[in-house]
Amino acid sequence: MISIDNKLYIRDIDTYIDPFFPVERAIITHGHADHARAGHKHVLCTPETSEIMKIRYGENCASSFQTIKYGHSVKIGKIRVTLYPAAHILGSAQVLLETPKHRIVVTGDYKTILDRHLDPFEVVPCDLLITEATFGLPIFKFNKPEMEIERLLDNISKHRENTFLIGAYSLGKAQRIIWLLREAGFSDDIFVHGSMDKLCDFYQSKGIRLGTLRKATLDNKKDFKGKIIVAPPSALKDRWSRRFENITRCYASGWMQVKQRAKQSQIEIPLVISDHSDWNELTNTIKQTGAQKVWITHGREDALKYWCEKNGIQAEPLSLQHRDEINEL
Amino acid sequence: MKAFSNLLSDLILTSSRNRKLSLLEQYFSSTPDPDRGYALAALTGSLNFKNIKASFFKNLIKEKQDEHLFDLSYDYVGDLAETISLLWDQEKSGDMPRLSSLFENLKKAKTDELNNYIINILNISTSDQRWAFIKLFTGGLRIGVSSRLVKQALANYGNVNLDQIEKIWHGLHFPYINLFSWLENKGSKPKISIYDIFHPMMLAHPVVMEKDLAAANPKDFIAEYKWDGIRVQIVSHSEGCRLYSRTGDEVSKSFPEIIKTIQGNFVLDGELLAGINNDPKSFNDLQQRLNKKAPSEKFIKKNPCFIKVYDVLFFNGDDLRDKTLIERKKVLNSYFSTKKSPMFLSETIDFKDWRFLDKIRDISNKQIHEGVMIKSVSSPYIAGRPRGKWFKWKRNPKNVDAIIMYAQRGHGKRSSFYSDYTFGVYNKEKELVPIGKAYSGFTDEELNRLDKFVRTKTINRFGPVREVEKTLVVEIAFDEMSLSNRHKSGIALRFPRFKRIRWDKPTNEVETLEQIRKSFLE
Repeated sequence: MISIDNKLYIRDIDTYIDPFFPVERAIITHGHADHARAGHKHVLCTPETSEIMKIRYGENCASSFQTIKYGHSVKIGKIRVTLYPAAHILGSAQVLLETPKHRIVVTGDYKTILDRHLDPFEVVPCDLLITEATFGLPIFKFNKPEMEIERLLDNISKHRENTFLIGAYSLGKAQRIIWLLREAGFSDDIFVHGSMDKLCDFYQSKGIRLGTLRKATLDNKKDFKGKIIVAPPSALKDRWSRRFENITRCYASGWMQVKQRAKQSQIEIPLVISDHSDWNELTNTIKQTGAQKVWITHGREDALKYWCEKNGIQAEPLSLQHRDEINEL
Repeated sequence: MKAFSNLLSDLILTSSRNRKLSLLEQYFSSTPDPDRGYALAALTGSLNFKNIKASFFKNLIKEKQDEHLFDLSYDYVGDLAETISLLWDQEKSGDMPRLSSLFENLKKAKTDELNNYIINILNISTSDQRWAFIKLFTGGLRIGVSSRLVKQALANYGNVNLDQIEKIWHGLHFPYINLFSWLENKGSKPKISIYDIFHPMMLAHPVVMEKDLAAANPKDFIAEYKWDGIRVQIVSHSEGCRLYSRTGDEVSKSFPEIIKTIQGNFVLDGELLAGINNDPKSFNDLQQRLNKKAPSEKFIKKNPCFIKVYDVLFFNGDDLRDKTLIERKKVLNSYFSTKKSPMFLSETIDFKDWRFLDKIRDISNKQIHEGVMIKSVSSPYIAGRPRGKWFKWKRNPKNVDAIIMYAQRGHGKRSSFYSDYTFGVYNKEKELVPIGKAYSGFTDEELNRLDKFVRTKTINRFGPVREVEKTLVVEIAFDEMSLSNRHKSGIALRFPRFKRIRWDKPTNEVETLEQIRKSFLE
């Protein structure tokens, strides 16, 4: 048996997965700030994640990086570690910890629906599945993102005098939205907030076509009529957004499934586009891995735990802090 | 139904008042009769289905979805219609009926057909349409649109005054054909019999500090006590008398002895109070009566009521609403020159300056009044809350420290936030007992912090209720404390709300139940 505790510490190899504090050895599932922190000594992750961490935290954010591609393994002591695509953002990985007799999968954040700009999610059979549950309630059933983009474009064509400000996380969501817009044939220049242009460049360098992007600066005010600006969610309420006129606030997130939530955040066009699994994806993944035991790292764990137990699967919430629904406006 | 569900979806996501108004106007101009009339009724809360209530939909969804998962979802979303609309899958496509035929079909359907008809609607609708559909039955749309805003949109649409619409509103019936035809200049203004309807009341603005009155000259105002009962409108004519509450609900049945006695041709405005001979008792005493929809004679004798009258809208067929308050008071004075029990004239308070009133409003510690009303002598009787005419100056609230015990998520605007708090104090047995519940008085920022406190300090869950660590002290403001055998603590607070959150105050410094009973009840 591999011994792992509720802080995702693997004693046998003195290694943490996505720790919140600086450690000797860390495996990092993906580059979001609530998973990847600066200051670890040795970091194991995908090549993309290491690049993202260096872009965000600087070249020296860890003493050393060891990178492995999807499907590749390294052996640490008795444990073989393999990374599999999690289809959450570029470079996001599930971690398989394996001995001949025991398999543990830590999903990190993931989605299973096909997202053609990322490697597709793979189901990894295991004994213990350590999953997220950000959208772990049956009310979360996400439509095809293309439908959401279509609704946005339809709205833009009807209100050319407005400026469409889309809130989307700087890493992952912003690039996905831009990519989806390009796929839908939107060829106008897209304006981006200063905090995301490096990450957009990074995505472009990996062959993900985002088209012509310009910085959202005030050099020419009239430029923004009928245009799209992509900015981190926090900027939607910030002074930053007040510089633009006739703003229509949009927000791309799974949270937007709930109208009352959108209303609370004064969002006029909610785009229900998520990089996390919805209820069906979560429950299907649990079934498909064949896990007899499920740990739930963060999210709406009550419902998922209940569902697991009803289906004869042992389940335990870990309630990892710092990872609850802070991601609101 | 499609247009209506689009309208609701657009409205809930629009925060600008002007954009809401223009969405409504657009809808009224582009939707034919009678559908827009049905929509108008739904938007103003005037629709009432006797046989279909929220529980009907709860039962339907519980057949499709595990009950516990439904409860967790509902708790999270905080809006029944939205929860069900998200949990229900669209099973087939089909044409949604028009709003009007939907209503007529529901009205005509026999009990055994109703189930299937509604299930079919839910099956063919999109999530947005289901949401709008269910909202029709669950009372209160919670989309950030008040009836008044809808009436304002009507006024804009017809280029008339909002007041003109308010004055006839309660005499109109859906689907409001004659209203729309008047607004579109195709017909005359609907004629309303003044004795058949409730007339929207005139309301006051609160005075928070004396300086709110600085610009006003005391000579231009009269003052009255602000009675602690319920506001009623007395509509009386040869056929009988009716009592309406502030919101226009008829409450006559609860007060048969009063409506039996009143005679005359008038519409009066006043306060219903517990007690006899113009001597009011506490609101708590009145509460006993309000709880009984059909009181027995014995119960009425034990709990008598009367009315203090302070205004008149119509008298012997004359509309006095455009007259000044002084003129209306003259009519009342002469009417009350002879005894009219159980109605009495509400007395005015002589005063020279605001400082005097400031003292008066706090003077009595009995529960008969909750402050003073200040009314401009020249004010006509205007429906709604016009600026600068009437003011209410409440007594200063009392304060007590208490410890947060339980929390529950809010609804509507606050859905998903833990915003409803039960708080308590220690009794003699060193047991923490609840003394009240509060939902307001904190800022959005404080709410975020409170919400976080609840999420991280939960020690127990009872369905939607979370029990939290007993570590957080809050200062609660309230209007009145009274004895109550409904609560374990034996006391009840009137209108408790947060005054301050004492993040740093240790719980052992909170006064005990015995101490607060002593200071507020003895």
